[in-house]
Amino acid sequence: MQSKKLWLVLGLLTIIALLIAACGGAAETPAAGGEEGGAAPAETEEAPAGGEATPAEETGGVSIPEPEEGMFNVAFVYVGPIGDAGWTYAHNEGREYLEANVEGVHTVYLESIPEGADADRVMRGLARKGFDAIIATSFGFQFGMPEIAAEYPDVAFLHVSGFLKNDTNFGNLFGAMEQAKYVAGMIAGARAKEDGSNRVGFIAPWPIAEVIRLGNALTMGVRETCPECEVDIRWIFTWFDPDKEIQAAQSLLDAGATVVVTGADTPGPVQAAGERGLWGIAYDSDTSCSAAPESCLTVPYWNWGVAYAQFAEEVKAGTWQPSDWYMGAEEGIVGVLGITKGEFPDAVPDWVIPLAQEKWDKMTSGEITRFDLFTGPIYDNKGNLVVPEGVTLTQEDLEGLDQATIDSFGLDREACTICMNWLVEGFVPDAQIPAMPEG
Amino acid sequence: MSDYLIFFTTILAAGVASGTPVLYATIGEVFSERAGVLNLGVEGMMLMGAVTAFRVSHVTGNPWLGLAMGILVGGLFSLLHALVSITLRGDQVVSGLALTFVGFGMSSVIGWPLIDVRDAPRLPAFDIPLLADIPVLGKIFFQHSVVVYIGFLLVPLAWFIINRTRPGLHMRAVGEYPAAADALGIHVDRLRYLYVLVGGLLAGMAGASLTLAITPLWIEGVTAGQGWIAVGLVIFAGWDPFRAAFGSYLFGAIRRLPLDLQGAPVLPWNLHLILRDPLLNYFTNMLPYLFTIAVLVIGSREAMRKKLGAPAALGTPYIRGERGV
Repeated sequence: MQSKKLWLVLGLLTIIALLIAACGGAAETPAAGGEEGGAAPAETEEAPAGGEATPAEETGGVSIPEPEEGMFNVAFVYVGPIGDAGWTYAHNEGREYLEANVEGVHTVYLESIPEGADADRVMRGLARKGFDAIIATSFGFQFGMPEIAAEYPDVAFLHVSGFLKNDTNFGNLFGAMEQAKYVAGMIAGARAKEDGSNRVGFIAPWPIAEVIRLGNALTMGVRETCPECEVDIRWIFTWFDPDKEIQAAQSLLDAGATVVVTGADTPGPVQAAGERGLWGIAYDSDTSCSAAPESCLTVPYWNWGVAYAQFAEEVKAGTWQPSDWYMGAEEGIVGVLGITKGEFPDAVPDWVIPLAQEKWDKMTSGEITRFDLFTGPIYDNKGNLVVPEGVTLTQEDLEGLDQATIDSFGLDREACTICMNWLVEGFVPDAQIPAMPEG
Repeated sequence: MSDYLIFFTTILAAGVASGTPVLYATIGEVFSERAGVLNLGVEGMMLMGAVTAFRVSHVTGNPWLGLAMGILVGGLFSLLHALVSITLRGDQVVSGLALTFVGFGMSSVIGWPLIDVRDAPRLPAFDIPLLADIPVLGKIFFQHSVVVYIGFLLVPLAWFIINRTRPGLHMRAVGEYPAAADALGIHVDRLRYLYVLVGGLLAGMAGASLTLAITPLWIEGVTAGQGWIAVGLVIFAGWDPFRAAFGSYLFGAIRRLPLDLQGAPVLPWNLHLILRDPLLNYFTNMLPYLFTIAVLVIGSREAMRKKLGAPAALGTPYIRGERGV
C-alpha cells in the first residue's frame, strides 16, 4: 500500500514539475521580454543600511531594501534573474550606467519578481520605504502601477515596454529597436548573398506586434542589401528557453539559412550557427556576441542607461513629465555592435559596412526615423499592398494598439488602422503569424 | 518524397543529439531505482554537473577536465540523497526533491560569474569514418558530438552490467527483495550507496554533456525540466537501458518536431500548409509532456507496474529485521 501512495505522490509531483516547466513560457506575459519568473529569491545589491534598527520589510517573501540617506534612491524591479543573459541583464547594465553617470544616485534592484500581486506588493513596499523613483521592466508589471502611483504621488514611476501612464508621476518607456534591427538585417542579407544561400532565418518569440515589427524591419533591411533573399521564420512561443532557441536555430539552418537572427534572449542560436561554420546575429545586450565572436555578425542591443540617466536627472530636477516615451536611435537607446561599439568580425562582407554605417548615420541624425522605415508602398509576403504609396504608419500602427486594447484600459489614443499583424514582403511566402494564446 | 526523407532524417538526427543528456540521466536513474532507491533529485544533480563542467572548462580551457569534474560533482551531490535515504532512512521523495531545489540554487550561485562568459571550450564533434557515409543512418547516428557516441557505448554496457553480471544480479536483488539479499550476505546499504552514486555520476554526465556539447552555454536552469523527463522515461523504459535510449531519442525528436514542421516540405494538394501552420505548435509543444504524463499514469497502476518490471522494493528503505515489502 505504501508504494501505491508513493506512486501517487511521484506522479503528482512530476506533473506539477512539468506544468511549471511547460507554463514557464505561457505564464509570463508575452510582450517585451517577460522573462520566466524563476524560483530564485530576490537579491539586493547591498545589505540594507541600518538594518538592525528597522528590519527589512518582508513582502511576499522578498525583503525590501532600505533607501540610502541623502541620496536620490532608484529601485529597479526585474521580472527575471540578471543571469538570463538577455533582457534583464541589459536592464541591469542600464542600472549600472545610471549609478555611474548621475551623481548622488543610489540604486537597488529586486530580480525574479513575478508579475501580478507579488510585483504590486514589492512596488508598494519600495514606495513606502521612501524610494524616489521606481523602474519596472516587464510588460505585466504595468497593470498595478496606475493604482500604486496614485497612492504614492511623491514617487516617480517608470514602466518599460507598456502603454499605461498618468499625468503626474507614472510614465512608460520604450525604444526604436526596429532601427537597429533594420541595419542588422542589411548585414545579414549581405552575408547570405555572399554565401549564395539567399536565405536568412529569424527566430520569433511571440506573435505580438513588437516581435512582428522587429522582424519586418529586419527583413526590409535584408532586402535592401540582398533583394533576392528570403527570410524563413520559426515561432518558439517563449522569450527564454536556451534549448528551444538552439533547436529553432538548427531547424532554420537545416532548412537552408546561412544566417540566423534571434529575437529571443540567449546567444545560443549564434553558437549553434557558429558550430556549423555559419553565422548568427544576437539580441538584447552588447555582450551577447562574446559567446561566439567569429560567427556573430553583429548584435542590435539596448542601451537603457541613457534613458534611465535622463529620467533620474529630470526627476531630481523636478522637470520630469510622464509620457509615452519612445526613444529613437538618435537618442542612443539602441545600438548596433560594430558601428556604435566594437568592430565587425571578418565574416561581415566589406562592401556592406559603409552602407550600414551610412544608414545608421542617417538614423542617428534623425533623417531616417522608425516612421520612415514603415512608409509605403509596402507589400506583405503574400503580395498584398499593405501600406499604400505615400502612407506612413502611425505609432499606434507600429504598436498594434487596437480599439479593444484602448477601450479596455481607457487609453487616450487613436486605434491603429494598419495594425502590425502582417509579415512584410521578403519573408517566405508561406510564413504565417499564429494566433496569440489567451491569458 | 525525397524532401521528406531529408526532413525526417534531420529531425531524427536532432533527436539523437538533444536526447543524449536525457539518456545519461535516465540510465543513471535506472541504476539507482534498480537498487531500490528513487532519486527525484536528477534535475538538481544535472544542474550541478552542468555548471561545474562549464566553469571548469572555461577556467582551465580543457573540456575533458570539465566533463570529469561535472561527473564527479553530480556523483558527490547524489551522496547527500544516499545519506538521507539510506543511512538515515528518510523519505526518498522528500530528500530527492530537496536535492533538486538545492541543486538549482547552488548552480545559480556557482554559475553567477559565468553569465558574461558564455564561451567555454566544447567537447569535439566529428563524423565517424565510413559509418557516417551510410545514407540516412549515417546522418542520424554518426555525425555528432563525442558525448553522443559515448552514449551509444553506455547503453549496451549498462544493459550487460544489469542483466549479465554478478554485481548486476546483486543490485537487482537489493532492489527486489533486500531481506533475501541481506540473508545471502549482500551488503544492502553499501550497494544502494554505490548505485545512487552511479546514478549521480551519470546525472552529472548528463548536465556536463548539455553545457559542453548540446546546449553549450550556462544559463540559470539550463536543464529546463529534462531531469524530470528522465524520471518519467525510466518508467516508460521499464528500467531497461535499450528502451531508455529509444525513449530519450524519441523525446529529443518530439521536441524538435514543432519547429521543423513550420518549414515542412511541399506536399500534394497543399497539405503541407496544415503542417506549417504555427498553431499546430500548441499541440506539438504539448507532446513531450503528454508523453511523460501518460507514462506516469500507466506506470502508477499496480498491475501495469509489475508488467513493466518495477523493482519491488523501490522507494522503501531497508531496515534489517523489519518485514520487507
